[in-house]
Amino acid sequence: MAGSVQLREVPVAESTAATTPRHPSVVRVTHWITAISVFVLFLSGIAILLAHPRLYWGEVGARQGPSLIDLPLPFVLDVPIRGPGRYLHFTFAWVCVWTGLFYGIYGFVSRHFHQNLLPARDTLSWTTISAHLRFRRPSHDEALAYNVVQRLTYLGVIFVLFPAIIWTGLAMSPAVTSVFPWLATILGGQQSARTIHFFVTILILLFVLVHIVMVIRAGFVVRTMPMITGRRSVGRSSND
Amino acid sequence: MIERLTRRKLITSGLAAAAGATGLGVAARLAGRYGLVPPDHGGIYGVGETLTYAAHRILTSSLPSRAREFDRSQISKVIPVNGKRPEVEAYQRLLAGGFADWKLTIDGLVTRPTSFSLADLQRFPSHTQITHQACEEGWSFIAEWRGARLSDVLNAVGVLPQAKWIFFFTFDQWWDSLDIPDAMHPQTFLAYGMNGQVMPIDHGAPVRLKVARQLGYKSLKYLSRITVTDTMKNIGDGLGSSAPSAGYSWYAGI
Repeated sequence: MAGSVQLREVPVAESTAATTPRHPSVVRVTHWITAISVFVLFLSGIAILLAHPRLYWGEVGARQGPSLIDLPLPFVLDVPIRGPGRYLHFTFAWVCVWTGLFYGIYGFVSRHFHQNLLPARDTLSWTTISAHLRFRRPSHDEALAYNVVQRLTYLGVIFVLFPAIIWTGLAMSPAVTSVFPWLATILGGQQSARTIHFFVTILILLFVLVHIVMVIRAGFVVRTMPMITGRRSVGRSSND
Repeated sequence: MIERLTRRKLITSGLAAAAGATGLGVAARLAGRYGLVPPDHGGIYGVGETLTYAAHRILTSSLPSRAREFDRSQISKVIPVNGKRPEVEAYQRLLAGGFADWKLTIDGLVTRPTSFSLADLQRFPSHTQITHQACEEGWSFIAEWRGARLSDVLNAVGVLPQAKWIFFFTFDQWWDSLDIPDAMHPQTFLAYGMNGQVMPIDHGAPVRLKVARQLGYKSLKYLSRITVTDTMKNIGDGLGSSAPSAGYSWYAGI
């Protein structure tokens, strides 16, 4: 009964669009779990960093010795901030890693990476890329597929930034490096890993900020709803 | 049509949920039997802690696992001191006497409970390691540690087969415990020397624990007693360490 009512309301063109969602359910679910994880990891990461907001290069570093960078942040040694920060960071690191692993396997098996993220060879020219880099507001047609800059950015986040943040995180673990010492030594040492972990975090944060700004510029509701419901743009753009 | 699909979906998801729950139950029981569950596995953070500890134990028991060792030239020039010297009178008295009267008692689930003097511990084969020690705050240093392997000392007192945890008590109110794999690891020392000297007071004289595969807070200073148990109950708050009540995890391999 409810189904027949819905059928009558949806125009033919829209219903075919609805059968092939803008974003498959796996992409939607993993997107939001990752978004929540990254948010918690960022906040808890700040809580951990504040215990010692100095960065070093090499194996060792301490307050009494030279630093690479003294971040303009206070030393916050309150355990009520640090303790939950550490627990939350590792809990959500697991959430993020499992989600990422699931998404990664799905992306290869379903050819999601090939079809939606790998840029077509003819789009890989400087003129196309620079046109997109001027942050032109995308047309409605463009909203149905990622442009070349989006594709390259997403590939970079998925295959460079996320592996790098996991690698540098593991390189700080004395138990993990007792089995895989190269995780730390390739990077120049445990403190180098910590410093790179910090800068990769900054890059991920930059990505998230630009991503949100672009979504708002392109139409927050029109772009966000497909990532929640899977349906192609509703409302304004369906009248185009 | 719609209803049948819904019912089928309901049954399928019900079965999947039941299988999942059973699977989790079996996994939890197996994990418990193979020593993959940390004492602070409860609460909202427990899942992450358990995954980390189990993953590390599976990794370190299936592959060779030795903390990275460094060259003498890499020993840190600056070695930070963290925490205060014990203020208790018992420690002050031992310190005044040059630790001649200091004894490390090992009791609990052992065949021969023993009190070791510093000289007794020094009669065990002496080992050194030049390893990294990182504080959970973020700073770190490399030092050379000299001491007896905890495994040698535990083997001398005869750890009973049912033993699961090695508890450490100190003069500075911290207490902690290790599982058997870390207690028996060749880089876990009862350390009485540091950088070619006797253990400095600020670094835990006369004897401190050195656990190379965990963060610094696991390497307790100022040891006074070791107790071998098969349970964590009735010791403090039952979480195996004073660290969880201070906000840190029991397992510090991170």
